[in-house]
Amino acid sequence: MLTKRLIPCLDVRDGKVTKGVKFRGNVDIGDPVEFARMYYEEGADELVFYDITASNERRGIMIEVVRAVAEAIYIPFSVGGGLRTLEDMRAVLLAGAEKVSVDSGAVRNPEIISQGARAFGSQCIVLSMQVQRAPVTEKIPSGWEICIDGGRTRTGLDALEWARRGEGLGAGELCVNSIDQDGTRAGYDIPLTRAMAESVGIPVIASGGGGSAQHVYDVCTDGKADAAILASIIHRREMTIPDLKKELAGMGLPMRMNW
Amino acid sequence: MIAIVDYRAGNLTSVLRAVRHLGHEAEITDDPQKIRAAERVIFPGVGAAGETMSNLRKLALDSVLRDDVFRAGKPLLGICIGVQVIFERSEENDAQCLGLLPGEVRRFPARTGLKVPQIGWNSVRQARPHPIMRGVPDRAEFYFVNSYYPAPARLEMVFGLTEYGREFASVVASENLVATQFHLEKSGPVGLRMLDNFCRWNGKPC
Repeated sequence: MLTKRLIPCLDVRDGKVTKGVKFRGNVDIGDPVEFARMYYEEGADELVFYDITASNERRGIMIEVVRAVAEAIYIPFSVGGGLRTLEDMRAVLLAGAEKVSVDSGAVRNPEIISQGARAFGSQCIVLSMQVQRAPVTEKIPSGWEICIDGGRTRTGLDALEWARRGEGLGAGELCVNSIDQDGTRAGYDIPLTRAMAESVGIPVIASGGGGSAQHVYDVCTDGKADAAILASIIHRREMTIPDLKKELAGMGLPMRMNW
Repeated sequence: MIAIVDYRAGNLTSVLRAVRHLGHEAEITDDPQKIRAAERVIFPGVGAAGETMSNLRKLALDSVLRDDVFRAGKPLLGICIGVQVIFERSEENDAQCLGLLPGEVRRFPARTGLKVPQIGWNSVRQARPHPIMRGVPDRAEFYFVNSYYPAPARLEMVFGLTEYGREFASVVASENLVATQFHLEKSGPVGLRMLDNFCRWNGKPC
């Protein structure tokens, strides 16, 4: 039986892991390769690196991080943040990432999804999206709107329509990040995740708000998610991946337990 | 020296990195001479059956794999697309494949609830023992990314079974050939264990 994936997400700025609340006030908290090795050894099913480095000149640092991580861990990991062109994608895939994730860049230029899928295969392309609740209007019938630039800019795009479009363009997975829940540890956005999972036929990764095993359980059952992103709760060692897996397996959620 | 066959697709460097991490010498190559001279051969990858086969033919590697590797008794490991092209044909692009083993490759049926491709960790039930699964716990999970699955014509070739909508052969072996549908190089310590077992295997089935 296919297991549900637990995916630590590491926000990386200028080569250092950070984790902020609601996308603001990031504080440096560590070395990405050390985090990657620790989570690998603890049984993380996959990792996500999100490059939030602002300046383009420092992007080269991220490629070095990807290369070092690929030497250290032997599970899939994806890299996102600021990828705008096919060449950006190729660079991180060649450095050793299994997948690339596109976000704001794909909203500005949706063709990047189809170009990436053609060049590297759909399984390489994760469409990541920042979603925020919005008043239901003709343009946003679902009441969920796509935001870009770290959640600062609203786009007027309906999130479910964008997800379906992304799938049609060749995205292999969706990563749905709820801005309303991000950093709150109050639980994932279940209605949003479920609406996404029911709108597309590709795997859905829930992100934003995970603070306990119960939250993961709820989003993987009621929310119909295939995977859950974890951040501050495990980075600050309030819970570990093995603790979470043991608890989730005990609750009946299919988990990878041998590694 | 282990030859990792370069057929212009897939993520070959991740396999190279894993093999070197385990302390074995390996090289990515499309040179028939080097593949003939190698002690063992890995055919990894991500890709579509049709394109993989046409690249193999263009590079004249189809006959090298068949005659100079498989029939010559060299240990051969197929990974992902590498477990698919060893059969006679694939439903993907209706491709004629290498035909090293009798059988074919089929697409997962489209039906509600079953996402295709399968992406993630799934368990492998060990149907019968094989040297490359030594030290690997039964029903351990491995990382899969596949829309198609191998359907060997003979039961005795099935060494591992996985459930996804239906039960399919996830580890196939015959003589000096062993192949997995999952990505050994991305399956954590248990995957590395199998990869290491292959790198030390003498090519005998038991």
